[in-house]
Amino acid sequence: MIRSEILYEIAPILSDHLVISNIGLPSQELHLIDDQPTNFYMLGTMGLASSIGLGLSLVQEKKVIAIDGDGAVLSNLGTLPTIANNVANNFILIIIDNGSYGSTGDQPTYAGKKTSLAAIAKACGCENVIECSAEQTSETLKGALASNRMTIIVAKCESGNVKVPVITMDTVAIRDRFMNAVKT
Amino acid sequence: MSVNTRFLDDFIANDVSFITSVPCKQLAGVIEEIETREEIYHIPCNKEDEGIGLCAGAFLGGKRSAIIMQNTAIGVSINALVTLTQFYRMPLPMLISYRGELGEPVACQVEMAIHTKALLDRLLIPTYHFHKEEDIEEFDAILKHTFMCNKPVAILTDASFWKGN
Repeated sequence: MIRSEILYEIAPILSDHLVISNIGLPSQELHLIDDQPTNFYMLGTMGLASSIGLGLSLVQEKKVIAIDGDGAVLSNLGTLPTIANNVANNFILIIIDNGSYGSTGDQPTYAGKKTSLAAIAKACGCENVIECSAEQTSETLKGALASNRMTIIVAKCESGNVKVPVITMDTVAIRDRFMNAVKT
Repeated sequence: MSVNTRFLDDFIANDVSFITSVPCKQLAGVIEEIETREEIYHIPCNKEDEGIGLCAGAFLGGKRSAIIMQNTAIGVSINALVTLTQFYRMPLPMLISYRGELGEPVACQVEMAIHTKALLDRLLIPTYHFHKEEDIEEFDAILKHTFMCNKPVAILTDASFWKGN
């Protein structure tokens, strides 16, 4: 399975929750599969989906799912100790780990080589870290939501992309729509 | 009243309830003061662009946030400031220790100090420079201005301002 197939599978679960999605193809794919006011698409800034998701989780009670990539987390590794030490039980971070920088042409990341993001997250102090296969992502996410505990999911999948259009929505429209969804 | 107390009083009076920080010697007192205030969730971050992400998240959740950082970090923050805070039109007060000005004992700090205002100017970030203790009188108005215009706003606080605090 590749990332877009995981997103297709988990989209029905995501639609009930606030979602922060990573820059590039993950946001574009989610936008194409199931555009919702509860989706915050990052059109810029690599690596901050998990930080935005944590900040959002800490100030309100609705459940927040941040969809990140292995390359993006590697670019902001400092996020994992911050997450570990500021527990928000309404926060789930899914790292879709395809071992590559998908949006830029599938160049390999270190997460596809010797480096384990799940082991890093645990070493940073994150208490509920689950590494799963692409096929198990949906069930793992359901379990994490039911547990009401902050969870980091590392979903290992294959590298590869499908053709998707860029998001043409204006950023202020994205964030205004999202902020209204948070309030209602 | 110390300037540290005043910064926190003004943050709280302007409904700021979420502050992230990366420490600086000059900011030690204000960071210590945050910890004494129940109204504010203090979340230390590891790098300033990460902190800008945390603040964006808090803003999306309907809370006012702020970052406390050193001017040397403007370099690592530019992409987040431009493609997140500015691109999505989010307010962000940045209380910045302005190292490398008169009284600075560390030569390296001057190297970034000489770029600080030029970078902020280039980024079209409204910038206020606190040089004397009484400059803090403007802080309340600067916070109101920031949340009115939905922009990142920089408050540079130099060694002369912090003298005696």
